[in-house]
Amino acid sequence: MRVAVPVFPGSNCDHDAIHACGTVMGWDTVPVWHQEPRLPEGTELVIVPGGFSYGDYLRCGAIAALAPIMADVKRHADNGGLVLGICNGFQILCEAQLLPGALLRNESLRFIHKDVHLRVERADLPFTRAMKAGAVFQVPIAHAEGNFTIDPADLADLEARGGVAFRYCSPAGELGEAHVPNGAMNGIAGVVNLRGNVLGMMPHPERAVDPKLGPTGGLGMFKSLAETFVGA
Amino acid sequence: MKVRVSVQLKPGILDPQGKAVEHGLHDFGFAVDHVRIGRLIEMDVPGTDPSEVKAKALAMCEKLLVNPVMEKASIEVV
Repeated sequence: MRVAVPVFPGSNCDHDAIHACGTVMGWDTVPVWHQEPRLPEGTELVIVPGGFSYGDYLRCGAIAALAPIMADVKRHADNGGLVLGICNGFQILCEAQLLPGALLRNESLRFIHKDVHLRVERADLPFTRAMKAGAVFQVPIAHAEGNFTIDPADLADLEARGGVAFRYCSPAGELGEAHVPNGAMNGIAGVVNLRGNVLGMMPHPERAVDPKLGPTGGLGMFKSLAETFVGA
Repeated sequence: MKVRVSVQLKPGILDPQGKAVEHGLHDFGFAVDHVRIGRLIEMDVPGTDPSEVKAKALAMCEKLLVNPVMEKASIEVV
């Protein structure tokens, strides 16, 4: 399985993604500088990593969405290739219009870093197939702009077509405003495109995969990807 | 020509930054309401025909300067 991780000036979770895919999962994982025109030959999964690409100038992810490599990431997605955007990567995918909506400043105005619980809303995706619908997993968040927003008509569409992959919840899986750390509409933590091959999420599954470093709540997603490519 | 693009959050989009500043102003005794914070982008655009220059600025808004999910812009050619 070949994974490409685009690296922008200001990316800082590229190494987390490379550690998760390369060291923990044992996949062939390569960083790709944002100025490159093409993803490496045979790339199956692109992880757009977290960080502060271009210093979050203009809007989070707005400048990175224009980087040369992103044109090839779009081509990869249009061909059905998998793309996972995490944190700033999610913001970049929204700005690149690979995913709907936008991530606004957290309702509290604060940068929030803590563990959260997510409920799996879609367990039929290449990213989630080893998980069960309704299952709860724990992963960290670390962001100041994770407040998912979309216009009301598009929100209704997104919900109706099953575009919500994950929602913030209590450890027992209950939904509700009290469990939403950043003000995101409908508690949305992760969004998937219509085709099911592009997923963006604010929480960091790639930071919760190595037992040497702490809890491993994010492993379910990586095991899902392993099943997708290698078979169960 | 000098162009000013004022980018504002759309009505109805929560502006926590504006809210925080509003609270700050209340602390100083100013009775203000509905504080919204936006962004002002100023630039020199080649051309002499204001409507042509404005059309260019509009294209810039569509391509990069504005995220239509949450923002709207007004363009002023000076």
